[in-house]
Amino acid sequence: MTKIKEAFENKKAFIGYLTAGDPDLETTEKLIFTMEQNGVDLIEIGIPFSDPVAEGPVIQDADLRALQSGTTTEKIFEMLERIRPAVHVPLVFLTYCNAVFGYGTDRFLARCQSVGIDGLIVPDVPYEEREELAPFCDQYGVDLIALVAPTSEERVYKIAKASQGFLYVVSSLGVTGVRESIQTNIESIVKAAKTVSDIPCAVGFGISTPEQAKHFCQYADGIIIGSAIVRLIGQYGRECIEPVAQYVRTIAEACHS
Amino acid sequence: MSKGRFGIHGGQYIPETLMNAVNDLEKEYAFYKEDEQFNRELTQLYQEYAGRPSLLYYAEKMTKDLGGAKIYLKREDLNHTGSHKINNALGQALLAKKMGKTRLIAETGAGQHGVATATVAALLGMECEIFMGKTDTERQALNVYRMELLGAKVHPVTSGTMTLKDAVNETFREWVSRIDDTHYVIGSVMGPHPFPTMVRDFQAVISREIKAQILEKEGRLPDAVLACVGGGSNAIGAFYHFIKDEQVRLIGCEAAGLGVDRPENAATIANGRVGIFHGMKSYFCQNEFGQIAPVYSISAGLDYPGIGPEHADLKDTGRAEYVPVTDEEAVNAFEYLSRTEGIIPAIESSHAVAHALKLAPTMGKDQIMVINISGRGDKDVAAIARYRGVDIHD
Repeated sequence: MTKIKEAFENKKAFIGYLTAGDPDLETTEKLIFTMEQNGVDLIEIGIPFSDPVAEGPVIQDADLRALQSGTTTEKIFEMLERIRPAVHVPLVFLTYCNAVFGYGTDRFLARCQSVGIDGLIVPDVPYEEREELAPFCDQYGVDLIALVAPTSEERVYKIAKASQGFLYVVSSLGVTGVRESIQTNIESIVKAAKTVSDIPCAVGFGISTPEQAKHFCQYADGIIIGSAIVRLIGQYGRECIEPVAQYVRTIAEACHS
Repeated sequence: MSKGRFGIHGGQYIPETLMNAVNDLEKEYAFYKEDEQFNRELTQLYQEYAGRPSLLYYAEKMTKDLGGAKIYLKREDLNHTGSHKINNALGQALLAKKMGKTRLIAETGAGQHGVATATVAALLGMECEIFMGKTDTERQALNVYRMELLGAKVHPVTSGTMTLKDAVNETFREWVSRIDDTHYVIGSVMGPHPFPTMVRDFQAVISREIKAQILEKEGRLPDAVLACVGGGSNAIGAFYHFIKDEQVRLIGCEAAGLGVDRPENAATIANGRVGIFHGMKSYFCQNEFGQIAPVYSISAGLDYPGIGPEHADLKDTGRAEYVPVTDEEAVNAFEYLSRTEGIIPAIESSHAVAHALKLAPTMGKDQIMVINISGRGDKDVAAIARYRGVDIHD
């Protein structure tokens, strides 16, 4: 069993996202420990990208803040290498294809392995292009986490079969960001995925409240929250540790109860 | 290797949410491409609405002045809406309509593609929304008003560098939000498969015509074909039917802004390296960590950090050459063609004219050069006046 699957053992998983370097890497470091201590089961670390096409304004702004503070892929690796032994939850990267390719795909994944990154999510690499990354992920033992969308239809089967770690179920059309209501029939997507694979399914895009978290935990193995956390980081800057701690605690309670 | 490759370039690097839409588009395009009725309708629109074929004009004064190759201008500037963009907009909009789409969205840089798309949307009775970098809405204000006149809604894009790249980002974001009734009319030979192939096919009418026209006028093929390159749609259109004629030099002229050795440029082939962005593998201006570079050119239409994947492959195989042209050279050429031939070219096309000014005198009088004048320069007059420090009240 991969380390990622442990996050889903005997409970619904709460996956929290933050952009590395927003507002700076020292804050990111503190946030990783804070999130772990307050019940986040898996942390998705965004490597900021100049043009995050799948993100809404909240995470776009976070990426911009991170890049403006001088964050680079190299500095993110260095920070994580230092703290990884003290962090017990699985860590996965979320970034765009050119951040990986531009760094050198082989070198990037070798570094992921040596630092202890468990998985990789790349929203602009669909099933058809997974060979761009999959051979390197396999070589270095990093799970390549795939996404399915409300528009995937019959594609769900092959994507779920190929996904590693968990399956990222995109809840809605559009980009990331907090939504008042989510219309998609998540239950049917998860059911379809489960017919071909026992891979855990986690729902993301638009979730922000404990009620939504609880609701989607009925149908899926976990939930992913990004923009709602990043919004707090944006609002409080370096003082965001306590507000984030409080917020993720309420979500963790909703997921784990 | 996945679908839609040109050598190592191309592919379909897009979010999963769009994959079924792009696959549908590929299937429908493959069908309609061979459909007689579709081709008849498109040809009729080209001829009766856009004014094709466009002229191939012998620039006699320019030829004599430069004292070298015989120069012909392919007059895409004479098309309805003033540029080659109408070729692609008509093709894609007609296809979208056949597919049952009712709404068109598009990015635009200089505004020419936005105007072409808004025009076609008006003609075919479709809704239209255009995304344009805020910087570009300011330097091309006239085109913003033209699009609005045509019934389109124009969204100024305030993210990133507020230019063409950001307009593309925002149009992709819009498409992911609303796919069912909406077609994204990508304006250049870029993006995920099938766009680079489909847009090239719609623009290939340019080289098909050049070939027939030059054979009629000169009885032989040209020695060189020049075109400006941003994403590269007018260039691939002008090159395509000559790719197999190896004796014809194909030269793409990219925007070097303040100079290739300065950060303020958009010369992708000169300064970029292979990357993956906006749905495709190709050359991109980027930093060592793959962050896309904030590029610059006086020409909003060439102010883009990438280039279409077919050009990237033509560069790799050596079949085409790509040369950088600075703002200053392009503005000089803009003025030169205006005064010499009475033709005001778009500032984009002026990049190709600028290289011709250097190249033509080095060629023999028995040689022939074709420059693709991809658009007309009326839209640029105010910006060129500003560049020259002339205060005009418009």
